Amino acid sequence: MSEYAVEFRDVVKIFPTPEGGEVTAVNHIDLQIQHGEFFSLLGPSGCGKTTSLRMMAGFEWPTSGDVLIDSKIMGRTPPYQRPVNTVFQSYALFEHMTVFQNVAFGLEMEKKSKEEIKCRVCDLLEMVKLSDMAKRKPKQLSGGQQQRVALARALIKQPSVLLLDEPLGALDLKLRKEMQLELKALQDQVGITFIYVTHDQEEALTMSDRIAVMNQGRVLQIGSPIEIYERPNCRFVADFIGETNFLEGIVVSRQGNLAIVNVTKLGVEITCMVSGHLNAGEKAVISVRPEKIRISKVPQGEKNAFKAKVVETAYIGSDTRFILDGVGNVRLSIWEQNKTSTLDPNSYYRQGQDVWVNLPLENTLVLPG
Amino acid sequence: MEKHRHKFSLLKVLRENQAAQGSFLMSPTNIYSMIFIVLPLILVVVLSFLARGTYGEVVFRFNLTNYTRLFDTLYAKILAFSLGVGLGTTIVSLLVGYPMAYYIARAPVHQRSLLLFLILLPFWTNFIIRIYAWIMILREGGFLNSFLQWTGLIHQPLNILYTPTAVLIGMVYEFLPFMVLPLYTSLEKIKDAQLEAAADLGAPPWKAFLRVTLPLSVPGMIAGTILVFIPAMGMFVVPDLMGGAKTILIGNVIRNQFLTARDWPFGAAASMLLMLLTMAFTIYYTRKAGFGEELLV
Amino acid sequence: MSEKKPALWLRIYTFLVYAYIYFPILILVIFSFNTQKLNIHWEGFTLEWYNKLFQDSQVLLAARNTLIIAFISTLVATIIGTMAALALQRYRFPGYNLSETVLYVPVVIPEVVMGISLLVFFAIIKFTLGIATITLSHIAFNIPFVALVVRARLHGFDKSIEEASMDLGANELITFWRVTLPTIMPGVLSGAMLAFTLSLDDYVITYFTAGPGSTTLPLRIYSMVRFAVTPEVNALSTIWILIVFILLFIGEYAPRSRTKIKT
Repeated sequence: MSEYAVEFRDVVKIFPTPEGGEVTAVNHIDLQIQHGEFFSLLGPSGCGKTTSLRMMAGFEWPTSGDVLIDSKIMGRTPPYQRPVNTVFQSYALFEHMTVFQNVAFGLEMEKKSKEEIKCRVCDLLEMVKLSDMAKRKPKQLSGGQQQRVALARALIKQPSVLLLDEPLGALDLKLRKEMQLELKALQDQVGITFIYVTHDQEEALTMSDRIAVMNQGRVLQIGSPIEIYERPNCRFVADFIGETNFLEGIVVSRQGNLAIVNVTKLGVEITCMVSGHLNAGEKAVISVRPEKIRISKVPQGEKNAFKAKVVETAYIGSDTRFILDGVGNVRLSIWEQNKTSTLDPNSYYRQGQDVWVNLPLENTLVLPG
Repeated sequence: MEKHRHKFSLLKVLRENQAAQGSFLMSPTNIYSMIFIVLPLILVVVLSFLARGTYGEVVFRFNLTNYTRLFDTLYAKILAFSLGVGLGTTIVSLLVGYPMAYYIARAPVHQRSLLLFLILLPFWTNFIIRIYAWIMILREGGFLNSFLQWTGLIHQPLNILYTPTAVLIGMVYEFLPFMVLPLYTSLEKIKDAQLEAAADLGAPPWKAFLRVTLPLSVPGMIAGTILVFIPAMGMFVVPDLMGGAKTILIGNVIRNQFLTARDWPFGAAASMLLMLLTMAFTIYYTRKAGFGEELLV
Repeated sequence: MSEKKPALWLRIYTFLVYAYIYFPILILVIFSFNTQKLNIHWEGFTLEWYNKLFQDSQVLLAARNTLIIAFISTLVATIIGTMAALALQRYRFPGYNLSETVLYVPVVIPEVVMGISLLVFFAIIKFTLGIATITLSHIAFNIPFVALVVRARLHGFDKSIEEASMDLGANELITFWRVTLPTIMPGVLSGAMLAFTLSLDDYVITYFTAGPGSTTLPLRIYSMVRFAVTPEVNALSTIWILIVFILLFIGEYAPRSRTKIKT
């Protein structure tokens, strides 16, 4: 068994622009993707995630560095000689062939016998629940059905890695959520490595075992959904995933994995968790997520407490959202779950009310500024 | 063994190099064009500077007499006449075709392709057949005259055939679709909202037409003009069959020099002149309109 | 523009223009059945001219030549023209602009000029004029028209189906044959049909590149019209019109039989 399913060693990809210049789509990336994991490449448009996927599939070759699949360096191997298969964003179904023929195509290329092809295609159509669509043409199917045909067509070849390029982008919200769960279940069932490209962070969090957050051709952080969400290692990741509050400041002192940061505008010193390189005197930014902040009417006597005024409230039902104004016009966004079901309006914080804010230590991170 | 190695690397180059693939696909066309289009035209250019021998053969004496001859009164007249006929055909086709294009552009959507198809249908038959039909109608004993005499509108047959008028009728008949189609494409693209805005701002329908519809259909008019004027100038079949001895265009001159008078160098020079005129016209008009293939396709 | 009920004068006008377009053809067809040889007055109904037509060896020879030339030139021009369209629409290569310009030359130069240039060329290389020269000339002007049509159809072509095919194990050649070609086939067939018609119909270029004994139908019709005008010409014309109309109606209305089902 090879070490990793897919590996990138210092991969760089540079494209020439029509005007004669160059654009670096992928800027020195290292990846080690384990066998059988659901691995997502997440980032905004233009971050290099699709280019990376295409280099795995063989539609692009790295300008420098190596792409390895099953521990074999791919070099300039064409796509039809690689043990990976792709589900395309536009599905790329063959319009002139029926569903059956589309799914059978890959096996025809492997020169399998007619009986074997028939058998396996039927099995796969059953797996994606499209058995009675076998004779239809892609044009006659809905978006969700076309997507499943694309999936079946790729899976039938039993690749060691399945590459998915934003496959759910064209579906409506409800269908997308359904398909996310279906895909995850499918991957559990089939057990092969799925590499999934998306710009939707919720999607990545829902489905992945691990996520690589990318921006401008670089991989910023790799980790499990929890790690990415709770312990972002830089400002971009903290901002891109979920919602967060940023407080600018300067590091006063550092001890082990704790640091004290002076938030100049608030005039308060906050103790935070640190990872990575931050030293005293450096600029930093504190990230704390809205659902983690605690507010109370009276101070609770801990560190990281300060006063603020409620500026806006929004009752969502399951939670209430507040915007608070601290000293120096520092704005904070807070989400508090409505755990009680009291109808007494006095138990909810009102606009204009003064409250005490507390930032729990284990949820307050400081990142390079 | 050696051969296999070479073949493999050629395929490899093709596979990896986009530009090589493109060149490869384009090469049959390029070769064919070089041999059968570029080379012959170069020969014609060279030929136009040579002279005619006593027995009609070509003499390698470099001179410009062919070109100066072209500006002789006789040929200058023919040239002017050709330009006139070309212009006339274009203008008449424009006037005849515009209302028709407008009608179709405003027709119910499902009818439009049928209406266009009906215009094109006769033009899928051979064009000489169609000219013959007009000869049948226009000649002295022909249909038109018989009909008019029968109704008593005239007493002597009209002499239409073998005059420039007949040539004009024939040419307009031939070129009408080339004018109607681009006009239709242009008109069809005009968004209603613009006309509604004009009305909203106080313009009566005829003013809206003049100030909004007409200017917006200019690309179509230009495309149509190019598609009509250029081939019309080079026509010789219609004048030959319908124009009689009196109506000679540049196309006829060229034809005669090559097939009857056997003065190939002179014919070549006349061709060059025609080519230059058409190229100048095309370049000027396309620069002005800045149009791409979208209107033609 | 959206639909709008047109003014009365516009409707009458348009009707008249359509009449102008179809009237000559009507006359042509009617008089093909005329007993009077001079074809000036209507005398009576007869089929003798159709009879004469089918026994006219010159016409039959011309028809045979025309078809051979049309088929061969269409075949060659479609292959070459499609390749050119693919090259121009999907690749960038040195000499692109020049290749494109040269390709479209036959479309923009007057037919007379192209005709005589080919005549001069064949004369200089001492290639006897005949069916071969006509065919070669037809290929020359058909290539750009095929390329134009195919290029237009290539506009919306989704490259990812080719990538999908290669992803599933097909190499470049198999991908072209099983995926690309079937997808662009409607465009290629359109181009081929256009080329076939242009070849069938061509007069001017054929006129300059034909030799004695290698006459085509348009050339034959021309000389019949010029020199030996009998209703036989009408008969020939009527048959030609009929065949074209039938082919066109088949082409237009046959592929409409599929219904779409969407779940």
